[in-house]
Amino acid sequence: MSSNAPTPATTAAAAAKPPTRPLRSSGTDKGNPWTYIPLVLLAVTFVLPLLFMISSSFKPRDQILADLTSWRAFLPVGDLSLDNYAGVFDRVPVGQFFWVSTVVTVSIVVLGLIVNSMAGFALARLNFRGRGVLLGIIIATLIVPFETFAIPMVYLVSNLPRVVLHSDGFALRMGWANSYEVLIIPFIANAFSIFLFTQYYRSIPKELDEAARVDGAGWFRIYRSVISPLAGPAFATSAILTFLPQWNSYLWPLLVIQQENMRPVQVGMRYFFASATAEGTPWGQIMAYTSLITIPVILVFLMFQRAFISSIASSGVKG
Amino acid sequence: MSSTVHPSRAAGAAPARGTAATPGRGASSINAQERRAAYLFLAPAVVLLTVFLIVPVIMSFALGFTNARLGADFAPEFVGLAQFVRALTADPTFWAGLRNIAVFVLVVVPVQGGLGLALALLVNQKLRGITAFRVMFFMPVVTSMVVVAMLWRFMYQQDGLINAIFGFNVDWLNDPTTALPAVIVMSIWQGVGFHMILWLSGLQTINHDLYEAASLDGASRWQQFWNVTIPGLRPTFVFIFITITIAAFSLFTQIDVMTSGGPANATTTLVYHIIQMGSGRGDVGYGSALSLIFFIIVLAVTLLQRALTKED
Repeated sequence: MSSNAPTPATTAAAAAKPPTRPLRSSGTDKGNPWTYIPLVLLAVTFVLPLLFMISSSFKPRDQILADLTSWRAFLPVGDLSLDNYAGVFDRVPVGQFFWVSTVVTVSIVVLGLIVNSMAGFALARLNFRGRGVLLGIIIATLIVPFETFAIPMVYLVSNLPRVVLHSDGFALRMGWANSYEVLIIPFIANAFSIFLFTQYYRSIPKELDEAARVDGAGWFRIYRSVISPLAGPAFATSAILTFLPQWNSYLWPLLVIQQENMRPVQVGMRYFFASATAEGTPWGQIMAYTSLITIPVILVFLMFQRAFISSIASSGVKG
Repeated sequence: MSSTVHPSRAAGAAPARGTAATPGRGASSINAQERRAAYLFLAPAVVLLTVFLIVPVIMSFALGFTNARLGADFAPEFVGLAQFVRALTADPTFWAGLRNIAVFVLVVVPVQGGLGLALALLVNQKLRGITAFRVMFFMPVVTSMVVVAMLWRFMYQQDGLINAIFGFNVDWLNDPTTALPAVIVMSIWQGVGFHMILWLSGLQTINHDLYEAASLDGASRWQQFWNVTIPGLRPTFVFIFITITIAAFSLFTQIDVMTSGGPANATTTLVYHIIQMGSGRGDVGYGSALSLIFFIIVLAVTLLQRALTKED
């Protein structure tokens, strides 16, 4: 842990657990069977709204309203169809929204793993002047909410030059709005990921580097072939903690995307809602849209729930 | 995992370190090489963080003193403190946003933090199926805030699910007295699973021997909770307290999706107002001045919390 920078974030650093320790699946307190009563009530509170959303997405308007007063509201029963989903696809190019979100999320996760792990490697294992100060600054940036500099950032990217490729060469344009660049590049480097990698790389014995140096390996090969293969859990944690907030990202694309074909799914939701309400809100279709963009994430979460939960446990920085 | 590899490799490395260090010139060129490698490894991250974090933060300081606009055909001019004076004296929405976010933070931080701890204590028991409960409590956290806000907007309709189940007839989001509480309830529902997991990981770092020692000394479960669990959770508490506060101050998405700040500014927030002014109206100078005020408030509250929770 760095000794400098007595920022609030160092408290965060102190509280962050080593990134790998998974939560015990059975707890530490002796179980009391009466606990099942509050547990079940709470489970109902957390899960029923989501079941309501998915069930409603298959029902026509009249049936959604008729079912509200009974348990049928939460169950896919009655006059079910995919009409709402068809309605969504008729109204907006959801496929395109998915494509944009997927390209952006995958790019940020992959490029982020490379850039942030390299930075973490240098901070943890290489000697250079200013190392402690640099790590201190990176940790200090963790307490700055994105919302405090979103507006200057819009102004900045609207005044940055951008290279546009044509079939016969390239041209410089002003402004990054409505591009993949503007959605991806600002979010590749991530102070928390760098911190996470630094912590993890530090826990790997230094002698491995020295042995590899003797064998004539350069630093890049040591990073790529000797040390990083031992840091799998740090890569998994960083990937998960990047994936969720990026797929769910809303404020930034709202500010910099005006073209329909560049909208990620969350922002597409807002425009879908605006276009749909003109003729009385079609809640069935809206629930179809929200189910469509949520079910993939829930499935990924259920498949990797152990990794998700232990990543969150080791973090504490919300996206 | 690494510890199993370590001893044999370390043995091989020990003499190598000796030879590398003996000739003075060789060692210094190795150091120079290492330094060069470090700068190359760091360059992409440092450049990106500088351009997309440090520079915008500095710009918000600078632009707040200008009349910069998006897409304007004039260069920003220095206007002194005019934007700040405008916020403090001529902008009732700013004050409404400040009041609403204060209420939101004062309710959400203790309630969500406390409920999170209660949930963590519940799911930290040795019971069959406990993992399934953790997963269910966590489900709203992986669902995006946009989706959750839209779903709750639907449930809060006057002819919606909540009135139907509980027998109310309230237009939750269109009534100035219920709109902000409705947003608060929904926000806690979405976020509490996240803090449950943080508390849970804090609970599991407490050394189990302490509980056994306490129970040998005849401490009741309640006494164990106060004298072992609570002190053991201190670092987790400080961490949760600070991060939850910063997150609560940044309230935007729920407002944008559910109420657009209405009715009659009853739910507008500082960040919502910043975005309305800076992006919606393209008034970057004013938006930056408001951002700077927001930044100072968050920083002040964070430093205050840190001072209050500092260990003696």
